[in-house]
Formats: sequence, C-alpha cells, structure tokens
Amino acid sequence: MKKSGAKIFVDTLIEHGVDTIFGFPGGAVLPIYDQLYQSPVRHILTRHEQGAIHAADGYARVTGKAGICIATSGPGATNLVTGLANAFMDSVPLIAFSGQVPTSMIGNDSFQEADIYGITIPVTKYNYLVKDVNNLRRVLDEAFHIARTGRPGPVLIDIPKDVQIKETEFWEGKEIDLPPNHRADDLDIQKQIKRAAEAIRNAKRPVLYVGGGAIISGASEPLKKLAEKASIPVTTTLMGKGSFPETHPLSLGMLGMHGTKYANYAVTEADLLIAIGARFDDRVTGDIKRFAPNAGIIHIDIDPAEISKIIKVDIPMVGDANDILSALCKMLESKRHPEWLDKIAEWKRDYPLSYDKSGNEIKPQYVVEKIYEVTKGDAIIATEVGQNQMWAAQYYLLDRPRSFVSSGGLGTMGFGFPASIGAKVGCPDRVVFDIAGDGSFQMTIQELATAVQDGINVKIAILNNGYLGMVRQWQEIFFGRRYSSTCLGKSPDFVAIAKGYGAEGIRVTKPEDVEPAIKQALQTDKPVVIDFCVSPEENVFPMVPPGEAIDKMLDQGSGK
Amino acid sequence: MRHILSVLVRNHAGVLSHVAGLFTRRSYNIESLVAGETEDPDISRITIVVAGDERVLEQVSKQLGKLVDVISVSDLKYDRAVTRELSIITVKSTAKTRYEIIEIAEVFGAKVVDMSEKTITIEITGEERVIKNVVNLLRPFGIEEMARTGLIALGLKSPS
Repeated sequence: MKKSGAKIFVDTLIEHGVDTIFGFPGGAVLPIYDQLYQSPVRHILTRHEQGAIHAADGYARVTGKAGICIATSGPGATNLVTGLANAFMDSVPLIAFSGQVPTSMIGNDSFQEADIYGITIPVTKYNYLVKDVNNLRRVLDEAFHIARTGRPGPVLIDIPKDVQIKETEFWEGKEIDLPPNHRADDLDIQKQIKRAAEAIRNAKRPVLYVGGGAIISGASEPLKKLAEKASIPVTTTLMGKGSFPETHPLSLGMLGMHGTKYANYAVTEADLLIAIGARFDDRVTGDIKRFAPNAGIIHIDIDPAEISKIIKVDIPMVGDANDILSALCKMLESKRHPEWLDKIAEWKRDYPLSYDKSGNEIKPQYVVEKIYEVTKGDAIIATEVGQNQMWAAQYYLLDRPRSFVSSGGLGTMGFGFPASIGAKVGCPDRVVFDIAGDGSFQMTIQELATAVQDGINVKIAILNNGYLGMVRQWQEIFFGRRYSSTCLGKSPDFVAIAKGYGAEGIRVTKPEDVEPAIKQALQTDKPVVIDFCVSPEENVFPMVPPGEAIDKMLDQGSGK
Repeated sequence: MRHILSVLVRNHAGVLSHVAGLFTRRSYNIESLVAGETEDPDISRITIVVAGDERVLEQVSKQLGKLVDVISVSDLKYDRAVTRELSIITVKSTAKTRYEIIEIAEVFGAKVVDMSEKTITIEITGEERVIKNVVNLLRPFGIEEMARTGLIALGLKSPS
C-alpha cells in the first residue's frame, strides 16, 4: 500500500502520541491540512504563526511532551523563527513543520519561498529539508528522537508541497540510526559521584543551585531528598522555579539579578555549590569572577558542553539529573549544618523580599501576591518578559515543577500569552494565569481570538503601568531618567478589546478591588483579561547592576 | 595557540552549513576548514584549524560533538599528525628571473605547471611552513595569484 507524504505526516504524528497541534495554514501546506481535516488530531488555529509556536512551547513545558506546530512556506515559516530560538535557549522539545514550495521551484525565488532550512540552522537543535518522500518517515522518527532526548530542543522540518502529495511504500517506522548524540566523556560517573558525595560530606556551607534541567529530567523527588538529607539550602534559577518547593524551609527562592538577597548572599558565602541542570547564565552570575568565590563547584548536566563553559567546574557529572541525584542520595548520610542554616535564617529575616505598601495605588507585587493567595499557589503561571516576569518569579511561590512557563534565555516579549494557551490545552484541569505587562501583551494580543474560538479558558493579568517597565527601570537607574521611547502613552482599552474578541474584561484601579477581580475571573467560564492599573514607576528590587557581583544589590530607593 | 580538529561527519547536503555556522554563531575563529569524503562515502572528514586557548578548544570540540551529524571529533597534535596543504601560485617572471624562480621551486619539490611570457605557475604540496617559506621567497618577484586548499591532516599511527 502506498501513502502520500501528507498521510505519512499525520499517521506518524499519531503513532508518536500527538493529539494536538498548533498552526496556521497556507498554500504550501494544503495537502497536510487536507489530511488533518479528517484526522483525530486536534488542530488549534492561532492568529499568527508566532502564536502557534509559542503555544506549542507552552504545551511542551507543562506536559513534558514534544510540542508540535505547523506553518506554511515563506512568511509563515519565518514567523516561526523567534519561537524556535526561544525553545532552543530554554531546551524545550518542539517540532515545527513548515511547508515549502515544490522541489522543482526551490531556489527560483518562487512565491512565498524562503530558505527556512538555512535560516533556522543556528536556532534549532537540528533541521531538515525533506526532498524525497521516501525519507519522510525516517526524518519524522528522527525528529521526535532528537527533540526529546539528551538536552531537548526544537527541530524544524521543511516539507515541499510535492513531497506532501507524492506517494511511497516506505512509510513504516524503522530503528533510528543516528550517531550517538553526546560525545562520550571519559569521566567515570561512579567515581565522580563518590567524589561529589565526599565533597558534600566535607562542606560546611553548601548550596544547591538548580536550573531548568532538573525540571526536564523530572528530578524534583531526589532533589528534595538530597536537600533534606544533607540539609542543603536550595536556590533556583528562573527556569528551575518549582523544581524544589518554594514554601520549603530550605528554599532560598531565585538567585541572580533579581533574586532574593539571601540566595545571593548564600551563594557568595558558600563553600560548595552544587549546580544541577543550570548553565551559569549572566543573569544568574553577575560578575563571574566574584560568583561563588569561595566555593568548590559540582556541576550535573546532561550537556557536556555546559561543563566549564562559563566557570571552571571541580566535579563534573554528565548525565541525567534524576539518575545522578538518586545515586548521590544513596551515598550520603544525614547531615546537619545548624550554623549555616542559622546564618541563612538570619539573612531571610533581615533581608526579605519587600515593596513599599504605602499609598493607595495598586502595587504590581501586590497583584501577584493576591493571585498566589486566591489560586492557593497551584496555578500554572505563564509570564511575559520584563518586570512582570520578575515579580511573578519573586512573589508567586511554586511547589511543583512544570508550572512556570516563562521565556528565560531568549527573553521573548509576547511569549507568555500564547504559551499560556498551550499550557491550558496541555493541562485543561489547572488554572492558568498569564502575568503580563501592557507592553508584552500587545505583541501577541491577537491570540485572544484563538482562546475564545477554542474555549481555552486562560486568565490574563496585565500589570498595566503604561511603560515598557523594565527598560524604563534601566533608564531610570542607569540613564538619568531619560525615558527614551519607553512610555506607551494612553493605554488602549483592554477591557473593550477583550470584549471585542468575545472574552471577558475587568479593569481594576483600586487595591481593594484586586482580590474580587481575581475571584471573578476564576469564576468566569471564558478567557478573562484583567487590566490592573498599577503604580507606573514601580521598580523590581533587589537588583544586581549588570557586571556587578551578585551580593552587591540595589534596593528600594537606591539609584534615584 | 592553533589546533587541528579532525571531525568525522555524516556526508549529506547541509552538514557543512551546520558545522561552519557553529563557528560563526559562537564566534570561534577558523583559520581553515576543509571537507572531503573519507574511505566510506557516507562519511566526510572536515579538518578545521582553529585558534584559541585550551578552554576555547574544549568548548569548540564539545559544541561540535553536540551536532547531530558529527560522529567524532579529535584534536590532532601537530607533532603527532601528518599535515599537508596544496597551493598553486602564479608568479610574475621575466626572461631574467625565470630560472631563479624555477630553482626555488625545485628546492622545495614544487612543480612548474604552467608558464607564459610573463608568468610561471607552480604547484606545491607540503606542511604549512614549507608553503609559507615558498611564498616568502616568491613574493619579491611579485605573486600574481595564489590558491590554497587549507590544511588536511591525519593522526600518526606509528609510535612516537
């Protein structure tokens, strides 16, 4: 029996367990869309291809499955590029499909032709241009393998229209034949685990520094065991948020540029730093020379290239965090560090996260705190990028992984809202809140139509300050309050916009109305946009100025 | 510090873009990059000469190792590898200088492959330093055109 490329495409996706894809049709993917018309796969039509890929990304982050999206050739395909870069930076398993002009027309500057293969090489884990329908099945199987294994990442597959139409007998899956995707490190992992256990035994001031890799690996359980057994405080990166319960007494919250003071102090004073699935990003480390200056460094990562990329590692362990932590845990005896934990408790008492609660304006931090209270800390939180993102990270404590959907590496404004749609599709039983800024939200606001059409019941909390807040904050502190192009002027009527799309809209201008509005939104069986009119010039603190050591933090009132 | 990386890759369209792109993207400096088939037509060898300290080299090797098409990466030591480069050089010549140029070529085992009234073209194969030497000696006559292949290399199997 022969099958067309388009049929192979849909059948293979189903075989790989795909039940939902996000996309936007067009001329070069018509054969595929024709197959989807009669298939059991749910297709969610976004209003922009960028919305489709961010939704697939959000879906992947909360479910751990590969997110799937599809776009047509040319502009459809190029609209995927930001989403690919975003997923690549945050190691999200994603497979993006683009249609391409027929093979005979490639290279002719044909209508809606773009060299998406060439364009996406630097922003994908791997990519394909499938020129022969006989290779399509192999490519699809490989893509699922590549996207999901090792350090996950996005794969793009460009499929010319004629390849979708042509038929072949070669549509059955075969064993994957790829070069092993990691360079074998000559480190004996058992030996390294022993060394790490020894280092932990000898440490007096250990700190666990946990990134997104721990979430991808599903390492929360052994992580908690290790922290409790050896009595080690835990700080997470933005991407690692939720890997360790933030309400746990050993939690230090987030570290880095907008981390807690106690997390940054603890890392600076530590004599042993255990990094797990984290990559020493500049937003975490500040001045690298003064980062954890007194600490030996253990680094667990599945990607050997992350070891000693930024900072020299003493005990590298390349592999799956879950496996390594479980093994490490077995080797350790219970241990207490009363002096160290006392010291940390003192920092927590003296330098808590705080904001100025006086005045009758709504403080953005207060909004996040209220969302936290009303949703009992159990919502999935998507964020946009900038101040809203940092306040969400600081004030919405998460106790479980795969609940924080935020563009960490690339810092993509406009990511959060479509990602929240994907997250809600992936976890329909959970409350999903997008904590947004008025700037970011307007970058992908058109996806309100998607949420309404498909009944995807997400809540959007706009922390509306009328500015591109984080950039304005930098201008305030580092550029003498010269607010160059960061004032958004008169705010659009977000309530009217929401209603115009068929969603619900609520405007909140007084602190006492914050909580009732959140409750009302949760009771509304529709997507709801809540426009919180917050203090326009509120800043995110603490803040490590760029290039400074992370224990040199600015606080309320500094820099003005 | 310069290093020779010998990289075995799956031989298909696009692999060179993936490898070369990595260097641009991570801003590593390539001095030369040569790709060609190996004894197995499904596998190509890319020989890359890269400048940088040990840390850069380690990163380059690891990042290369992550590419899906890369089968292996080896760091060849100059003293434990046979290295060759081919160069074709067209030098300006007159009746007066012609024999002098030929003589230089002969000393280095270079071949004269073309001659006109005003030029001589020679072909030379050797280690990089040999080629540099020849180029330096020919420069005073006026080099009209030059093409170099870039370095290829294989690790030595004989005991050191």
